[in-house]
Amino acid sequence: MHRYVLGRLLGAIPTLFLIITLSFFLIRIAPGGPFDLERPLEAKVMENLSKIYHLNEPLWKQYLLYLQSIARLDFGPSFYFRDFSINELFAESLPISMQLGLSALALALVVGGIFGVIAALRQNRGTDYAVMAAATLGVTVPNFVVAPLLTLSLGVWLGWLPVGGWNNGAFVNAVLPVVTLALPQIAVVARLTRGSMIEALRSNHVRTARAYGLTKWLVIVVHALRGAILPVVSYLGPAAAALLTGSVVVETIFGIPGIGRYFVQGALNRDYTLVMGTVVVVACFVILFNLLVDLIYAVLDPRVRYD
Amino acid sequence: MTTLSSAPVPDKALARGRSLWDDARDRLLANRAAMASLFVLVAITLVSIIGPMLSPHPFDKVYRDYVKVPASLSAYPAEDQIQPGFEAVLKRARVTIESFERVGDEVRARVSSRREIDPRITRYFERSDLFVDPQLVDWSADKTAATLTANVNFVHFYFGTDSNGRDMMTRTFIAGRVSLTIGLLATVVAITIGVIYGATSGYLGGRVDQVMMRVVDILYSLPFIFFVIMLVVFFGRNFVLMFIAVGAVEWLDMARIVRGQTLTIKRQEYVQAAEAMGVSDGGILRRHIIPNTLGPVVVYMTLLVPKVILLESFLSFLGLGVQEPMTSWGVLISEGARNMQGAFWMLIFPAIFLTSTLFALNFIGDGLRDALDPKDR
Amino acid sequence: MTETTKTNAPAADAVLDIRGLTVTFTTPTGPIEAVRGVDISVARGETVAIVGESGSGKSQTMMAAMGLLASNGRTGGSVTYEGRDLLKLGTSQLNQVRGRKITMIFQEPMTSLDPLYTIGRQLAEPMVVHGGLSWKAARAKALDLLKLVNIPDPERKIRAYPHEMSGGQRQRVMIAMALANDPDVLIADEPTTALDVTTQAQILELLKELQERLGMAVIFITHDLGIVRQIADRVYVMKSGEMVESGATATIFKTPEQAYTRMLLDAEPTGMKAPVPDRAPILMEAQKVSVEFALETGFFKPPHILRAVDNISFSLRQGQTLGIVGESGSGKSTLGRALLNLLPATGRVVINGRQVSGLSRNEMRPLRKDLQLVFQDPFGSLSPRLTVGQIIGEGLKVHAPELSAADRDRRAAEVLEEVALDPVMRNRYPHEFSGGQRQRIAIARAMVLKPKLMVLDEPTSALDRTVQKQIVDLLRKLQADYGLTYLFISHDLAVVRAMSDTVMVMKSGKVVEAGSVGHIFEAPQEDYTRELMRAAFMTANGLSA
Repeated sequence: MHRYVLGRLLGAIPTLFLIITLSFFLIRIAPGGPFDLERPLEAKVMENLSKIYHLNEPLWKQYLLYLQSIARLDFGPSFYFRDFSINELFAESLPISMQLGLSALALALVVGGIFGVIAALRQNRGTDYAVMAAATLGVTVPNFVVAPLLTLSLGVWLGWLPVGGWNNGAFVNAVLPVVTLALPQIAVVARLTRGSMIEALRSNHVRTARAYGLTKWLVIVVHALRGAILPVVSYLGPAAAALLTGSVVVETIFGIPGIGRYFVQGALNRDYTLVMGTVVVVACFVILFNLLVDLIYAVLDPRVRYD
Repeated sequence: MTTLSSAPVPDKALARGRSLWDDARDRLLANRAAMASLFVLVAITLVSIIGPMLSPHPFDKVYRDYVKVPASLSAYPAEDQIQPGFEAVLKRARVTIESFERVGDEVRARVSSRREIDPRITRYFERSDLFVDPQLVDWSADKTAATLTANVNFVHFYFGTDSNGRDMMTRTFIAGRVSLTIGLLATVVAITIGVIYGATSGYLGGRVDQVMMRVVDILYSLPFIFFVIMLVVFFGRNFVLMFIAVGAVEWLDMARIVRGQTLTIKRQEYVQAAEAMGVSDGGILRRHIIPNTLGPVVVYMTLLVPKVILLESFLSFLGLGVQEPMTSWGVLISEGARNMQGAFWMLIFPAIFLTSTLFALNFIGDGLRDALDPKDR
Repeated sequence: MTETTKTNAPAADAVLDIRGLTVTFTTPTGPIEAVRGVDISVARGETVAIVGESGSGKSQTMMAAMGLLASNGRTGGSVTYEGRDLLKLGTSQLNQVRGRKITMIFQEPMTSLDPLYTIGRQLAEPMVVHGGLSWKAARAKALDLLKLVNIPDPERKIRAYPHEMSGGQRQRVMIAMALANDPDVLIADEPTTALDVTTQAQILELLKELQERLGMAVIFITHDLGIVRQIADRVYVMKSGEMVESGATATIFKTPEQAYTRMLLDAEPTGMKAPVPDRAPILMEAQKVSVEFALETGFFKPPHILRAVDNISFSLRQGQTLGIVGESGSGKSTLGRALLNLLPATGRVVINGRQVSGLSRNEMRPLRKDLQLVFQDPFGSLSPRLTVGQIIGEGLKVHAPELSAADRDRRAAEVLEEVALDPVMRNRYPHEFSGGQRQRIAIARAMVLKPKLMVLDEPTSALDRTVQKQIVDLLRKLQADYGLTYLFISHDLAVVRAMSDTVMVMKSGKVVEAGSVGHIFEAPQEDYTRELMRAAFMTANGLSA
């Protein structure tokens, strides 16, 4: 098991290396630079800045320097937020995005799971159709439509919830962003759970459990649901990636100072180090999360063993 | 062993068989949700193609007098806007209105000035969106008074106008063209790459397959959305680049699906039977593998189009998509979201169009899946 | 429905009594009557068998009695146990009976146990639920039960998961589970069908022994008359949801009243193949043929080498049939494909005087006309999106490209007639045919090229006995008419005996024993062959003797 985890972590290094290299050169060969502002800077200032950020070095040297600092877990100084290092920006923004993302994930799993199970138990009846129609709606309506609509109705018209801002993650401020972020995932989880639950209920071993007179709840929870959860667990990896993407929109709309918003700002302002930093952090996060998911899977399913 | 025997007893009189495609078509036709969705999708597509041609408003025409007017079935200008509007124009022309009367679509006013009225004051109407055909008739002898007639230019803004005074309906249709085109093109790009890559990998198998799939695995762990954003930001907002970027991201799933299908079908006994008969690779691919992979590809394609439209809208929403004055549903929704407090119609209409399209495509995809693979339900 | 007048066990001392049971499934295309008024009763300590071919409703009858029908199933009639009608009980009352007083074993040992829990946990669960035992006590009893059903190393296996056991062991676990609460009735639904023949025999022996020891009633559902004769006191014969005939086993076997029962009894392939004269030319010769598979263990690790076929040699005269028998995983199918150069193999294969081993695909192509292959699964071996005519004509496209489409169509029609199918149906698609018909189509596809050698890979195994017999008859007729040479691969010894001149017994890729039919079946030399014969003819005994 330990060897497996170690192997996976080592296996992630080439992937990360690829990501860093790809994004580094993509950014650099793109036209425009971080100091191409509307009002051009004075030559002297420009020169100083270039020196600080090593922009006057040849590209390969900049690349090596960047690799070096990444290896020390130092993402370098921000180009745009000039008084901050990327590490400082992330120290503030990453916990916010994590809190947002994990809350949404938890909400999606609980609500989606419950709806999925209910729909499966009421298969091809009214409840099932209602849940599935709602789920299709949840998958199809994009969060940048849901967010303004929710803000408009609950925030502006009814005045129940604040329209934006994070306010250190106060509950009322978190409700709308978390719900918006979770909605599509609730829908996906519900569909997945329903499908695998129906399959599990039809499986031979559930028939065995019924034939042996186990109570309804024992059959459903112990024998059907545990197996039905497995596909949902393997979906957690893609779900985490989707939540990260979603947080770009949600953070922008609700004005939440997480890494998603920083990324968009960084990209628009040619903030090389900020963009690079975000990509690397997000990639690490996705890789780690996938590893975690595989480990959880192995715990739940005895047929899977990593030795 | 003892499941119900449903083996049909072939009827002698009926020699023509029903292929699996026939069965699938019938099941699809019987699926009411899918058929309704198909109808909605066709309607939206037609309206997006033909709508802008029929609409009296060019999609980029700015009506200065109709900034952010609400959606309405009745014509603009409204009754109570006509006189003030007329007066406002004449005020700019610096003439005094003696009398105002309205006859049908025509307004007439007796105007006077202390000085001689310049006949060119009718030009002030050129900048007005409310009136057309201004004429000065009935001049007084000293040219200080005349009767000004003009026709009220009744226009309809069924979806209202945006913050620049452009017709939302035409813009929504135009946006539909853009979104649907990107959706289709990018899907074609993704499907082409995915099918070729997946089929190659699955058909060759062995080491080649392992390496090719390892590449897909690595690409999967890249935060691709971020790459797309980077691409779009750094290389400019370009229509072509946009769908190449989207297509290049979305082929991964397709490649996996097609590879899995190819591997499964390759192991099927009918493929082995064809091999044992000496059928060439091309024949096996053409007659046995492709027809049997087609189903999942079609289903996935139907489900990919909405994904791509969504991704495009997402980028447009962030301001990274299509550029003004061109527009897409994502752009419109983003503008609508910014103006929703005063002008919610700017959000509602494009949102309805986008959502119904995505909804319809998803239902058609689900319907196709049920039709092609009836085991599911 | 034909009521039989034989003196059945009177319903009075019946422990389970089924009267006028009907099962109807509502489907989108209308209701399907799966069971139409069936009477079955079983007395304490008695074993009754329900026999029928697939689709006869024999499983659905018992599923209905146990309240295990799919949600679209409706029942009628009555199922009386201890004075109560099980069909009218609510789920919680029914749960007092099932798993406790009436237990069940299923056909699919691979999937009937929950893959996520240990054997011990699953065995203990019904005892905790019904017997009110603590988990600890239940576990101790589970261990005893594992010993009872002869699971080796029970202390270790009680902690094992289902996937860590073989099919036979899982079926033993299912039996242990069925016995846990000292049931009155044990329903066994084709419990040995998915197992290899030697395992099958062991499971049957175990069931028989346990029944004698514990004295419960057993209802045994099967399609295999050999098993019925071996273990049942009384037999019920079902066909299309109806009871055709019932009575004491000996009577039914000796004097069946109904034509259908007689047909079932006669379905066992009989007779022997007429020997081929020694002057017949040698058509095929194989020397030291081996096949190795590399099992990938990881990308950079060296693959694990599996020898699926190990050093096999034989020769075969024109018109002869070589039967290759062995249990699953013995490498017999792999050998068949390797001989036709469809798999990379080492060794030397000469067919019709021409060495085929080592030829490339293009070099093989002209030879393929003479070498055909028929598969086990008539559902998987026909391309689902082509019409039967296209499927049959495909080989002609390759080997007789000069034929026009009309010519191909005519040839397809002719060959369909040859395999006793109506040529009118050549525009239909495979899914519109029954299993037996599809196998005929597969044979027609091979025959249209007028081959010399046919490799028949379990061509009858997926079919019902009566259909099996028809296919065997067809294959015999074709062989006689066209002087075909067969390589007949099967695990079914009765069919092999009826078809072959010589027989080769395989195990783990090696030939255990080879020789003439008479030699192998009457005087086997090797222990493994003897075990195989004993197991096979314990169930099929008497029918072909």
